[in-house]
Amino acid sequence: MSADATISFDEAMEKYDPVLGFEVHVELNTKTKMFSSAPNVFGDEPNTNVNEVDLGMPGVLPVVNRTAIESSIKIGLALNCKIAESCTFARKQYFYPDTPKNFQTSQYEDPIAYDGHLDIELSDGTIFRVEIERAHMEEDAGKLTHMGGATGRIQGADYSLVDYNRSGVPLVEIVTKPIEGAGSRAPELAKAYVAAVREIVKNLGVSDAKMERGNVRCDANVSLRPHGRERFGIRSETKNVNSLRAVEHAVRYEIQRHGAVLDSGEPVIQETRHWHEDTRTTTSGRAKSDADDYRYFPEPDLVPIVASREWVEELRATLPEPPAARRKRLQAGWGYSDLEFRDVVNAGVMDEIEETIAAGATPTVARKWWMGEIVGRAKNADVDPGQLGVDPATIVELNKMVEDGRINNKMATEVLDGVLAGEGTPAEIVEKRGLAVVSDDGPLLEAIDAALAAQPGVADKIRGGKVQAVGAIVGAVMKATRGQADAGRVRELILERLGVEG
Amino acid sequence: MAAINRDDVAHLAQLAHIEMSAEELDRMAGELAVIVESVKSVSEAAGDDVPATSHPLPLTNVFREDVVGHTFTAEQALSGAPDAYEGRFKVPAILDEG
Repeated sequence: MSADATISFDEAMEKYDPVLGFEVHVELNTKTKMFSSAPNVFGDEPNTNVNEVDLGMPGVLPVVNRTAIESSIKIGLALNCKIAESCTFARKQYFYPDTPKNFQTSQYEDPIAYDGHLDIELSDGTIFRVEIERAHMEEDAGKLTHMGGATGRIQGADYSLVDYNRSGVPLVEIVTKPIEGAGSRAPELAKAYVAAVREIVKNLGVSDAKMERGNVRCDANVSLRPHGRERFGIRSETKNVNSLRAVEHAVRYEIQRHGAVLDSGEPVIQETRHWHEDTRTTTSGRAKSDADDYRYFPEPDLVPIVASREWVEELRATLPEPPAARRKRLQAGWGYSDLEFRDVVNAGVMDEIEETIAAGATPTVARKWWMGEIVGRAKNADVDPGQLGVDPATIVELNKMVEDGRINNKMATEVLDGVLAGEGTPAEIVEKRGLAVVSDDGPLLEAIDAALAAQPGVADKIRGGKVQAVGAIVGAVMKATRGQADAGRVRELILERLGVEG
Repeated sequence: MAAINRDDVAHLAQLAHIEMSAEELDRMAGELAVIVESVKSVSEAAGDDVPATSHPLPLTNVFREDVVGHTFTAEQALSGAPDAYEGRFKVPAILDEG
């Protein structure tokens, strides 16, 4: 398959205006499936979390999971949607081995939530409003593994294996209205939008929200039109873009690809594209001819869902503080500048700093440790900072030791490394390694006298007024005390010894 | 509602994976046309103030609590499968290529 032509992103932006649209699928973390009482658990042995409903046996009766409905309403409310007074399920018919019934139970004309919006904050603080068309309920499909062929992809496979454990897992599909006006920030907005949806469903507690497990999956629609034209261009839909980084890359790539197609004078083909993380490109999905003719009709086995206003208000009352409001509150409480706070958010340590402050650290101390020490170590270890294994209590303890003058900052970072290496608590490590600031002047003066005697030329220079030469002596003393002295105090004592004004 | 012709029936048969002879297509096109006509008379009776009916039963909100029930073993799940491999259903290659 030859690679598609692309033009540079800047060139595409000069000539064209991108329009985006997203369909984000959120897997709910209910204990059981949408229409059956089989467990909703990830990672179990294939085809063990299934019963007759999930396998689409003839004559079975699906029954709706109440908790899944409540979670769907909560998602709708968190997306500022209206909640339908009454809605139904429908059959979406197609033949594909991941769907044993040969139809997916979904919602069609009357989604449970509609007409919402989400305000997305971009990295420089700009707020961009994304309009939500609808959020509807449906069920997930089974998992296919394509065997044979060179790449494990669907293209060239000899056969496929199907695990129906995921079949029937409750899904909420969130569909945006066309997003106009993002311009060159389209890739960033794409990433920020999916991140915001993920944050909301995680905050609501209705989904595990792990993209690497497919709990949140994004289909990204992209089209381009010449600047100034109102009518949309023809769109492509890139399926299952399953990491935040990939969402940004996929949108950027499709903009560059569409730009090249339009430049050549050809029309863009409306089609499904597959995202390839390894090459950061998309390829044509070659959709089947009947893919858009699903012949929806009302599901006869499921009666309508009526969401009374009392029920909706009860659910609204249980909603947690929205993530954006929480960020505002935390920033104000901590007294961080916009830049400091944004860095904390982008580094992914806001929750950790909140916990550290709750454990007794000041906001300044918490930020110093997380941003100054832990984020860098996490980056080196290629894990999220929160997963490095630093307990907020450890930071509080380390900081107290520094404030009490028992250890200095350099030792404290050494102790942190010890904690991460599993050597014990800070107190135990300080004890074990014999770390303590030498604060008794006696041993320090001994070391100073030895250093001055060893470097008489330097001592003379200092006596003669070249105070900056003191560094050589401080260094020698620090070396002699294996870094356990307070360097500031050492400097004072040397100058005192030589009768020079600091 | 548009009338149903023979091409529509052939298209639907293809989507539903139902093999139909030329004779069956002719007959079905005629029968479906009558059914569509009959259903049309319902929309004449119902005014704009009558919402579309999805179900004939006066029932709503039939729910199940979110409590785990029975499951099959993989062996039971696969017992009716034409082919299986390592606990999973084995199906022919999916994309028609070429």
